[in-house]
Amino acid sequence: MEPVFDLVPIWAGIIGFGIIMYVLMDGFDLGQGILFPFAPSEEARDVMMNSVAPVWDGNETWLILGGAGLLAAFPLVYSVFLPALYLGVFLMLAGLIFRGVAFEFRFKAKTSRYLWNWSFAGGSMLATFAQGAVVGAYIQGFETENFRYVGGAFDWLTPFSVLTGLGMLAGYALLGSTWLILKSEDYIQQWAYKITPYLLAAVVVVFGIISIWTPLISELVRARWFDQISLIWLLPLGALLSIIVLVRAVLKRQDGMPFVATMALFVFTYLGLAVSKLPYIVPPDYTLWDASSAHSSQLFLLIGLLFVIPFVLMYTAWTYWVFRGKVKAGVGYH
Amino acid sequence: MELDPIFLSRLQFAFVVSFHAIFPVFTIGLASFIAVLEGIYLKTQNPVWMKLSQFWIKVFAVVFGMGVVSGIVMAFQFGTNWSNFSYISANFLGPILSYEVITAFFLEAAFLGVLLFGRGKVPPGIYLMSAVLVAVGTFISSFWILSANSWMHTPAGVEFRGELLYVTSWTEAIFNASLPYRFAHMGLASFLTGGFVVAGVSAWYLLRGREVEANRKALSMSLWLLLILTPLQAWVGDLHGLNTLEHQPAKVAAMEGNWETRSNVPLLLFAWPDQANQTNHFEIGIPNLASIILKHSADGVVPGLDIVPVEEQPPVWWVFWSFRVMVAIGLLMIAVSVAGLILRMRGKLWTTQWYFRVLQVMSITPFIAVLAGWFTTEIGRGPWLIYGVMTFAEGVTPSLQGWMALTTLIGYIIVYALVFSGGLYYLMRILRDGMEFQPPAHDDELSPHRAKRPFSAADVPLEEGAR
Repeated sequence: MEPVFDLVPIWAGIIGFGIIMYVLMDGFDLGQGILFPFAPSEEARDVMMNSVAPVWDGNETWLILGGAGLLAAFPLVYSVFLPALYLGVFLMLAGLIFRGVAFEFRFKAKTSRYLWNWSFAGGSMLATFAQGAVVGAYIQGFETENFRYVGGAFDWLTPFSVLTGLGMLAGYALLGSTWLILKSEDYIQQWAYKITPYLLAAVVVVFGIISIWTPLISELVRARWFDQISLIWLLPLGALLSIIVLVRAVLKRQDGMPFVATMALFVFTYLGLAVSKLPYIVPPDYTLWDASSAHSSQLFLLIGLLFVIPFVLMYTAWTYWVFRGKVKAGVGYH
Repeated sequence: MELDPIFLSRLQFAFVVSFHAIFPVFTIGLASFIAVLEGIYLKTQNPVWMKLSQFWIKVFAVVFGMGVVSGIVMAFQFGTNWSNFSYISANFLGPILSYEVITAFFLEAAFLGVLLFGRGKVPPGIYLMSAVLVAVGTFISSFWILSANSWMHTPAGVEFRGELLYVTSWTEAIFNASLPYRFAHMGLASFLTGGFVVAGVSAWYLLRGREVEANRKALSMSLWLLLILTPLQAWVGDLHGLNTLEHQPAKVAAMEGNWETRSNVPLLLFAWPDQANQTNHFEIGIPNLASIILKHSADGVVPGLDIVPVEEQPPVWWVFWSFRVMVAIGLLMIAVSVAGLILRMRGKLWTTQWYFRVLQVMSITPFIAVLAGWFTTEIGRGPWLIYGVMTFAEGVTPSLQGWMALTTLIGYIIVYALVFSGGLYYLMRILRDGMEFQPPAHDDELSPHRAKRPFSAADVPLEEGAR
């Protein structure tokens, strides 16, 4: 069958959308885990966990969908990234499992509760760091030959990817703290207001270093940003604007705006990263088209996906609507 | 010692899949049981049925939760350890596995929540529909997985263009030659697993005189089911075997412990296969029976392991013995089901204590049988990853080193052991609490932020006194 039209950009859009959905949504609930050890009280931890308990697994399903979708639409990405990030993938999965189990058991436990606290916090941090390191590894590129990864087990672990890992910890923690501003009240909310500027500072510092470092290690990125000044400079401008809005919102003690501004900051950063590298999806050698699966395979799955995605989005929106409003301390299931 | 990444990756995959498989096998059967209970309740309005259903929904919730957690790993395993295989067969496997994820995603999003938390909040008809659709959804989900798996045993509908496989016919690839048999065999296995667990747990309660009316109903239902399904499974298993003989004769030869192609092949009851010397020790068999079963005549010629070069033989000892374990348990299941019928006809079903104890023990056998059957078919395909197309050595991740596979194998074992012991411990608490336990009154109105998570459907505390 001759392809009628090119599905590759459509699939790139779907996967790209799936990734940012995952980052924003699982980001704020992983953030609760990162902030867990620093929470002002056990009651605050109850509120933090309750604020994400109804939605976290729906958020995480985007990761699974992304993994399966990559295999179907861009198998080269799947079969180069996963071997290259072998140990990192294991750490991420182990982290996600530990925190998933903590969600189930923490509220049913009493004497062993501290164990589930650690399981939740440790698992969240591990998974977040691994995801950040993935971003770093992607920016660095992969050593490939004949469409296969040929590098070593620790190629992904460099000072640069450690930095992006730490950046992700700060970023998710910021998403987490602004989410908590939205969902909590009284002293818990005050605490979230207090830590947000510090987390923002950490994010700005790390992202700043990354922005300077990336053009230095990548010819492609340097050419794209500096050879001619173009519209893409609106993206860092947008990020800057988001930061200003965030700071003002926190100073004015607004409830919802800090979270919205943080999400905007993430979206602008994400798009900035995307335009730096596209169309290279397995840098430095392979483009989206090199990495894509057969047209008929992309079409076969697209049909099912177009049917299901609206339902999933509606259901997701409905869940968030049902659980809207503040999480009260002391209420929940004990 | 040289660490072999291929062997370790196979071991790791076997471990993860085996661990994961026991949960869906149970939930598929249980989901249908719950749907039936809800159907009877809606028709008769007898609260006993609702009580039963409520209890088994709790068990379902916890097992489903564990299945989801253990399943996360699977979506990534193909890429980490078998990247060559994933890459080359992605045009077919990618969409199929994605459809499985979509089905599961959709199922959980739409109907599981209603089943777990919607009683009394949606009309009874809608509630029943959700129970039925959860059951149907588990089947659709397993259909995709089994399609992918069967295709690896009996590949069809694809061709190589250059290095990669392309789909030439989706229908031929999806509905490949072994899918109908595998799907029927696994579907029945799921019902048998659900049936024996329900029977065993009900018997445990009856021995203690708890909730006698409800548990007698559950036990009686599952015994009728098992009476029909255990012989049916033997028949379907036989058909599956004949299908395997047609497409993977070396596997059947390994199952039979038959080294040379000949007529009048005996059915071996016991033997110690010795692959190095291509022979068996301590053979005890029934003359001609294998020929009769496989070829329907005593002098039918049955292919032996000599039809393939020695290096293309599967590990015979494992295939031979895991097959025997599966068949032995299957026969035991038939015997126990028939014994139930005899006791029932004599009017002694509710007074025969030893039979309840037997049922209790039987509740773990379906899991062993499923794993043994899984080992038979999966080890028996060796050395092929896609039968006749790609070997394990060709499918493994090129950059993978032995120590990496070993590290993560140990890691997964530790993680799963912790998850599993937590889940099992919690399941035991639910069983111990039984149907008498009433959830505290605070519930939903007071707590709008209660997690809509599988485990929170089971309102049982984790520890003593934490209620």
